[in-house]
Amino acid sequence: METAQETIQQTGAKAETSKTFKGTGSQVLLNGLIEEGVTTIFGYPGGAIMPIYDALYDYADKLEHILVRHEQGGIHAAQGFARASGEVGVVFATSGPGATNLVTGLADAQIDSTPLVCITGQVFAHLLGTDAFQETDVINITTPVTKWNYQVTDAKEIQEVLAKAFYIAKSGRPGPVLIDITKNAQIQVEEFPEYIKCNHIRSYLPKPKVRIEYIEQAAELINSAKKPFILFGQGVILGKAEQEFKAFVEKTGIPAAWTIMGEGAIPTSHPLNVGMLGMHGNYGPNVLTNECDVLIAIGMRFDDRVTGRLDKYAKQAKVVHLDIDPAEIDKNVKADVGVWGDCKETLPLLTNLVNENKHEDWLAKFKEYNQQEIDQVITPELYPTGDEMTMGEVLRNINEICGGDAVIVTDVGQHQMVACRYAKFNNTRSNITSGGLGTMGFGLPAAIGAKYGAPDKTVIAIIGDGGFQMTPQELGTIMQFGAAVKILILNNRFLGMVRQWQQLFHDKRYSFVNITSPDFVALAKSYYIEAAKVDERANLKAALETMINHEGSYLLEVMVGRENNVFPMVPQGMGVSEIRLK
Amino acid sequence: MSTENTLEYKTTKADFEGKQEYTITVYAENRIGLLNRIAIIFSKRKINIESLNTSPSEIDGIHRFNIVIQESYEVVRKLARQIEKQIEVLKVYFNTNDEIIWQELALYKVSTDEIAERVTVERLLRQYGASAVVIRKDYTVFAVTGHREETDALVKALEPYELIEFVRSARVAIIKDSAGFHEKLKEFEAVEPGEELVENEFLDKGQKIFTM
Ligand SMILES: Cc1cc2nc3c(=O)[nH]c(=O)nc-3n(C[C@H](O)[C@H](O)[C@H](O)COP(=O)(O)OP(=O)(O)OC[C@H]3O[C@@H](n4cnc5c(N)ncnc54)[C@H](O)[C@@H]3O)c2cc1C
Ligand SMILES: Cc1ncc(C[n+]2csc(CCOP(=O)(O)OP(=O)(O)O)c2C)c(N)n1
Ligand SMILES: [Mg+2]
Repeated sequence: METAQETIQQTGAKAETSKTFKGTGSQVLLNGLIEEGVTTIFGYPGGAIMPIYDALYDYADKLEHILVRHEQGGIHAAQGFARASGEVGVVFATSGPGATNLVTGLADAQIDSTPLVCITGQVFAHLLGTDAFQETDVINITTPVTKWNYQVTDAKEIQEVLAKAFYIAKSGRPGPVLIDITKNAQIQVEEFPEYIKCNHIRSYLPKPKVRIEYIEQAAELINSAKKPFILFGQGVILGKAEQEFKAFVEKTGIPAAWTIMGEGAIPTSHPLNVGMLGMHGNYGPNVLTNECDVLIAIGMRFDDRVTGRLDKYAKQAKVVHLDIDPAEIDKNVKADVGVWGDCKETLPLLTNLVNENKHEDWLAKFKEYNQQEIDQVITPELYPTGDEMTMGEVLRNINEICGGDAVIVTDVGQHQMVACRYAKFNNTRSNITSGGLGTMGFGLPAAIGAKYGAPDKTVIAIIGDGGFQMTPQELGTIMQFGAAVKILILNNRFLGMVRQWQQLFHDKRYSFVNITSPDFVALAKSYYIEAAKVDERANLKAALETMINHEGSYLLEVMVGRENNVFPMVPQGMGVSEIRLK
Repeated sequence: MSTENTLEYKTTKADFEGKQEYTITVYAENRIGLLNRIAIIFSKRKINIESLNTSPSEIDGIHRFNIVIQESYEVVRKLARQIEKQIEVLKVYFNTNDEIIWQELALYKVSTDEIAERVTVERLLRQYGASAVVIRKDYTVFAVTGHREETDALVKALEPYELIEFVRSARVAIIKDSAGFHEKLKEFEAVEPGEELVENEFLDKGQKIFTM
C-alpha cells in the first residue's frame, strides 16, 4: 500500500485525476457518509469508537454531530429524523453499553420499518472473544432487531459495507442496519478506491417487477364492489406514494381509513378520509370493516391493534392487499388478491384500470356512524363541560393554532391515542409515533430528531407524565444544540393507558400506575428551557399560543383529568365491530 | 429475499392444517452469522428444529441449508417467507418427504469382542445394510446411510450388544423436481429482475377468487 501511494505521488498527474484516498478507516467511513448525503449524525463517544470521533473533529463543516445524552436518545432522534425527512437516520455509539443502549431503538425501528444506519465501535479484532473491556457480542444481540448487520474487522471492507448498509436501509421495506467496526479497522491506513454507491445485491430483491395480472385481478374485484373500503398504512408514506394514493382514492371514490402509522398520507380533511382504524380508532371504520364487500389494504400489515380478533375480522369481504413485503401478504389476513410490489408503482397501474366511481350511499354510512361518535365521544372530549381539562381539548386548541401544519411527535399511552385521533394533519410525515413497539420514552428524543429532519416545521412533542420520565435527559441535548422542540406534557398523574385497562378489565385494582412527577417546569428551567404549567381551562389557549410562538424550545405542562379514558375501544380479544363507545 | 417464483410453493397436499415433516432447503451466501439469523426465525416462534445441515451447494460460494421441522403447511410457508426475507438468502424451498430424496448417516461403535463372539450381530448388520468403517481390537465402527427408521432400527438391534457410542448426522436432501441453482443464479445476478422472476402463488389463485 505504501508503495502504491508513493507511485501516485511520484506521478503527480495521476494523483489529481484519481479519486482514491489515502487515510484511515475512520476517515473513509466519514467520507462515505458524506457521499451518501448524510449531514446529521446523532451519537455518543467512547473508547472503542474514539478513532472515528477523532476523525470527526476535522469534519465539523460537513457533518453536524448532535451529542445526545444517552444512546437510546440518539437512536430515537435518528428515527424521528428519518420519519420526518424520508432520509436515512445515522447513529454513532461506542461498544458494550453504548451499543446495548441502542437495542430498544433498533427494535422500534425494525418493527416500524424506519431506515437507519448505526455505527458501533468494537474492541480490537484480536481481542474479540476474550471478554475485553467493553466487549459485547453486538452482532448477535442485534440480529433479531436489524434488517441487516455486519462486523467490519478490516478497513478495506468499510466502503463496500457502508454502501450496502445505506442501500439495504432505505430500499424495499426500509429498516435499521448496524455496522460494528473493530478499533483496528478504524485506525488502519489504506489507499482506498473511489466510493461507489450500492444498487444491487444478488441475494436481495427490494421489490419485484410488478405483474400486471395482479393489478387486473385487483381492478376486477374493485370494479365489481358495491361497498369497497380502503385501509392505508405507513407503506404509502414509506413508498413516497402519497400523490399516487390520492389519485387512486379520488378516482374510485372509495372511503379510506388509516392506521396510526399511515395517518397524514392524505390530509385529515380530505372528504374520503373516514378516520382511524383499530383499537382506539373511529366507530365507522371499525364497524364497517365487517360490512364492506371488498377490503383494499395498502401498505399496512394488519397489526392486531388494527384487526382485533382475526376470526371476527372482515370475514364477509374479499381482500386485496398491496404490500412490498411478500411475508406480509397472507400473514395475518388471507388475501384474495395479493398485489406484491411497491405501491408507488402498483397504485398508478391500478388507478388506470379502475372505474371512476362515487359511493355516496356507502360513504353516508360512515357519516352516520361518525355522527354517533361525535355525539357520544368526540364532542364531550373536545368541548368538555366539567372542570377538569381533557387531552382532547388540548389537541383541539393545537389544531386551532397550527391549522394542521405542525409535526406531532408522540410518546406512548393515552395521550398518544388522543393525539392520533384528534390532531389534524395537512401534510405527510407529520405524525411520528412509536407504533409497533410502543416505546415509552420515544417522544422527546424523536421530536429532537424530527426538528432536524423538518427544520421549517413546528415540531410538537406530546408526552405523558410517565413517558417523559423515561428519557428526560434529552433536555440536555436541546439545551446544548438548541432544537426548537415544543414539549407538551399531558399530566394525568397516572400511567394512564395501563390505569384505563386496570379500571376496565381488572376491577379498578390500580396496581402501580400511580406515578408521581418532579416539577417539570423547574426541571426544564434547570436546562435553561422556557417552561410553564397550566391547570385551568381559561389559560389553556394562551399558554399553548405562547409555547408555539416562542422562539426556541419550550415546555408546557398541562394538568388534565386523572381518570379520563380513551374511547371508542375494541377490547382485546374482541372483534372490530364489537367496538365500545364507552 | 429472492426473486423468481418467490411466493410459489408447489404442494400436492390438500392438507394445509395438519402437521407433517417438511424439509426446508435454503440457498444462501456463505456468511458468518447467517446461521444464527435463520435459526432465530424458528426459535422466535418456539418451533423446534429437528435437523439442520449446512453444506456447500452445486454452486461455488453458495451455501445450502437443509432444515427439518414438523409443522403445518401454513406455518412452513410463513417461515419460508421470513427466511427468504433475510438479505443474504437467495431462495427457499420446502418439501414434504415424498418430494425429496433424503438420507442421514449414522455411526455405531460396538465392542469388537461382542461382535466376534456373537455372530448374530454380524447377521444383523447385513440385514441393516451397515458397513464397517473401522475395525480395531477393542471396538468396531459401523455406518448406516438411510432414512430415520433404518438408522433407528439398527440402534434398537444393537442395544443388547453394548452399543458404546451412537451418532446420527443431520438430514441431507435433494429435491426431486429441481433443475438446480445454476440458471436461477444468473437471474439473481441480473441487476433488473426479469419478467419471469415474479410469478407467484397469488396468480395461481385466479380461479379460486372469481369462482368463490
Ligand atoms: C398503545 C398503542 C395503541 C395502538 N392502537 C392502535 C390503533 O388503535 N389503531 C392503529 O392503527 N394502530 C394502533 N397502534 C399501532 C399498531 O401497533 C401498529 O404499529 C400499526 O397499526 C401499524 O401500522 P401499519 O401497518 O400502517 O404500519 P407498519 O407497521 O409500518 O407497516 C407498513 C406496511 O407497509 C408495507 N410497505 C412498506 N413500504 C411499502 C411500499 N413502498 N409499498 C407497499 N407497501 C409497503 C410494509 O411491508 C408493511 O406491511 C397502537 C400502538 C400503541 C403503542
Ligand atoms: C418502555 C415501556 N414500558 C412500559 C410500557 C407499558 N405502557 C404503555 S402505556 C403506559 C402508560 C403511559 O403513561 P403516561 O406516559 O403517563 O401516558 P398516559 O397513558 O397517562 O397518557 C405504559 C406503562 C411501554 N409502552 N413502554
Ligand atoms: Mg400519564
